[in-house]
Amino acid sequence: MVVAESQVENSAPFEVRDCALITLSTGLKAQNLKEFLMVLQKIPEESIEHHFWGRFLQPQFDEPEYNNDFASWASRGLYDKPLAERLSMVLPTDFEDIECLRQELIDVVEERLDETELVPWAKADQQFYFLRSQTIIFDSGLRFADPAEIVSFLPSLSTGSIYFHFIDARNRTPQRCDDFSAWLDGFGDQYQVLRNRLLGVDPYFSSLKELRRIVSELFQLYFQEEA
Amino acid sequence: MMEAATPEQPHDLLERYAAVAGREVIHHLEQLAAPLKGARVVHVNSTREGGGVAEILQKLIPLKRALGIDAVWEVVDGASAFYECTKGFHNALQGLSTSIPEDLLREYEATNARNAERLRKSLETADFVIIHDPQPAALLSHFPDRRRPWVWRCHIDASHPYRPVWKYLRKWIIPYSASIFSLPEFAQPLPHPQYIIAPSIDPLSEKNCDLPAAELRQVHERFGLDPDLPMIIQVSRYDRFKDPLGVIRAYQLAAKLTPLQLVLAGGEASDDPEGMAVLEEVRRAVKGDPRVHVLLLPADAHRTINALQRTADIVVQKSIREGFGLTVAEGMWKGKPVIGGDTGGIRLQIYNHYTGFLVRTPEGAALRVRYLLHRRELREEMGQRARRLVHENFLITRHLREYLALLLGLETNTLGRMQVGA
Repeated sequence: MVVAESQVENSAPFEVRDCALITLSTGLKAQNLKEFLMVLQKIPEESIEHHFWGRFLQPQFDEPEYNNDFASWASRGLYDKPLAERLSMVLPTDFEDIECLRQELIDVVEERLDETELVPWAKADQQFYFLRSQTIIFDSGLRFADPAEIVSFLPSLSTGSIYFHFIDARNRTPQRCDDFSAWLDGFGDQYQVLRNRLLGVDPYFSSLKELRRIVSELFQLYFQEEA
Repeated sequence: MMEAATPEQPHDLLERYAAVAGREVIHHLEQLAAPLKGARVVHVNSTREGGGVAEILQKLIPLKRALGIDAVWEVVDGASAFYECTKGFHNALQGLSTSIPEDLLREYEATNARNAERLRKSLETADFVIIHDPQPAALLSHFPDRRRPWVWRCHIDASHPYRPVWKYLRKWIIPYSASIFSLPEFAQPLPHPQYIIAPSIDPLSEKNCDLPAAELRQVHERFGLDPDLPMIIQVSRYDRFKDPLGVIRAYQLAAKLTPLQLVLAGGEASDDPEGMAVLEEVRRAVKGDPRVHVLLLPADAHRTINALQRTADIVVQKSIREGFGLTVAEGMWKGKPVIGGDTGGIRLQIYNHYTGFLVRTPEGAALRVRYLLHRRELREEMGQRARRLVHENFLITRHLREYLALLLGLETNTLGRMQVGA
């Protein structure tokens, strides 16, 4: 029997995970842009990941001006706005793997060093500390077989769950997308509209609470429209 | 050896934490603790009363035990020369150029050797040993055949240590399996993993639990405070790095234009030989001003400190060096904006203009005191944000989660992802 795509059922339920990070020092730091470049060339890949993604689980009180730690330091530590702007437009999902991402960062920094007469320096108490993190994944116990079931739970999902399924997922899923979109893809065309809307969410400038609100509203709106 | 007594059934204790921190937080702790069930984790420090480390251990040990971990707390003891030496370590790690005489270093080593023998059975049977600060750091050298991980936990702002003293201490630290620092800036080049774990406060402790209004009124009478006068408070042991003289100066500057009273509340820690000398300096600086209340409280006056912090309009922690500054989180938990020194762990807690103000001088502190005393609504708004920040980041449940993750990482020999509870 041929099953129409719109009737495909995803056999795997959506398993809600939660997560937390534990931070480790790499023991490496930089006070000027040349030191930064040298360290960037040798830090573990996990450190690059941490400085792009780990900030989401840090306290935030306002909208971040830049969307990764490197760009923030270029602005606040080195007072080099052009560098901060360029680094903030380096998007990890544009690159095949972390080594390609590292190379792009190196290129941006080298270009900036070529342009400047003096190497930008930070004050002693504004050095950049290269960190890495260990991810601990918890089982929330929540399982959803049908996308409609998830709607009422989304507004109360922990920020750790949102991080795991919406941010961390981009490094895990073959499509480099969030877990919700990847799961909906398993239903064929049935939820393509919702999936496209989720794929259109830019996670880089939102807090996790804001992302939770956006994702909840997208699910809610979709099922209201379908009803 | 003290097996920390659990005052109530483990389930009840966890439920009480769940009521404050959230059920899912406890669920995470249970998932992390499950693979470590029955493991014997021995913490060692140098004092059972006084100071932030003892306070954290008093609460951490029962919680670990409630989760099925055999947590034990040992304390090293020594003569006054030992504490004189370790106070020198403390000052040197915080950047003070202080040379420590050879005879004190020999006393340090002898005291650690003596304590190693006294604690040998406890430490040899441990699955994990966590050594707090430099005082017991040399214990490890007396266990050359150890097979289980030993972790060194540094609670001190070691961002700019006095090099000769750090070089001496480093040889004791290097053989550890891992070390823990409160901030990335404090980490030092060491040949083992260095975890960054911020300290925490216990929301259920006598120091931080909610108090009835009558109890708050009582502290006014007890200490002769004027209930109609705005009050600022710094709670700290009498230690130069806490800059009590700077706080008095800030009060004097602010009081020229804004009527207020200052409470300096400190206690003694049994491992701090300099406290009385600093207290004398403080009393002299007050010059008999009746609106400055210098209190020397016993180490167990937690409820009194709680009431004083809740009575205050603004909490101050104007340290010039600070490992973390538990009193900052305590004040914030009570919904107070905090004016803190722009240093160490205080920076981790005070988000400038959001949860309080970071200052570098007595003049800066005076300016912010005046500003906040004139802006009641802003004070309350900042206080609410401060409480929320502590709730999400600086409660003991987060601290314990990170400790358990570290132990599990050491147990499974992984620095990568770990999945639990699945």
